[in-house]
Amino acid sequence: MPSNDERWLDAEAGPVVRPYALTRGRTRHAGEAFDLVATVTATRARVADPNALAPEHISVLQLAHAPTTVVDIASDVDLPLGVVRILLADLRELGLVAIRAPVSTKAQQIDRNTLREVLHGLRGL
Amino acid sequence: MAYGGYEQGGAAPHRHRAIKILLAGGFGVGKTTLVGAVSEIRPLRTEEPLTETSMTVDNTAGVERKTTTTVAMDFGRITLRQDLVLYLFGTPGQERFWFMWDELALGALGAVVLADTRRLADCFPAIDYFERRDIPFIVALNCFDGARRYTAEDVRVALDLDAGLPIVMCDARSRESAKEVLITLVEHVLTVADEPVSR
Repeated sequence: MPSNDERWLDAEAGPVVRPYALTRGRTRHAGEAFDLVATVTATRARVADPNALAPEHISVLQLAHAPTTVVDIASDVDLPLGVVRILLADLRELGLVAIRAPVSTKAQQIDRNTLREVLHGLRGL
Repeated sequence: MAYGGYEQGGAAPHRHRAIKILLAGGFGVGKTTLVGAVSEIRPLRTEEPLTETSMTVDNTAGVERKTTTTVAMDFGRITLRQDLVLYLFGTPGQERFWFMWDELALGALGAVVLADTRRLADCFPAIDYFERRDIPFIVALNCFDGARRYTAEDVRVALDLDAGLPIVMCDARSRESAKEVLITLVEHVLTVADEPVSR
């Protein structure tokens, strides 16, 4: 991990932070790629070094206390999807979240039981 | 109903499942209206190109000089059960957003191609896209007020669609109608899944 010593935001920066300042310029994340509807769940592991986390990491982590998805987190924190992915990958590296692939990762691999549950659910709306 | 041996036991009941459905069609055909009629609309900021941020592995090599452009889009969320959630993504109609389709389509349950009979050609690219990738889809004709109504069969011929492919009329503003569209899609996907697999 690069050094986190530098402040990513100071009073001079004003209210607008370029999104990728939060990721220290990274536009790609570490580790295995994950889908935009992959399920994210906080592991509730202890945060070994709170200084390694930006406030946005904490916000993302809090949203994942109940299983949620990458897009829902991005929508809730109002940060671009790419930035949220990088923050999530950071949290994954630190063992703070688990990111699980969605039901299917290729077309037509959703099992029939799930399809029937979806159908049932839609009819009941 | 045929129960194939390739069905892998189903998902564990406690598992949180998120399923994508795509909604495609020309600009202004009513995609956002339909999503809003049947689901909770949520804003999303993304950036061009989406695939660059999703496909890669290297931690230190990812630093780029180029600034990405942030693009606002919406998606719809339908919570069927606490552990079963549908996500509706309206694939942007403009060609400059096509970079997003591949990621949106990956693992999707299927797609709805929303069409306006006054501008049928607008949905050709979407139909081509889903046909080429073997993504199951249906066609929904958004019946705009005052628009000349064609029969489903007229449209089937005009779009050169297979006989088994559902074409439904809908009113994108109506929750019940939007629900029926989604139900038709899922039924179609189940039908396709029951057919002998030849891929």
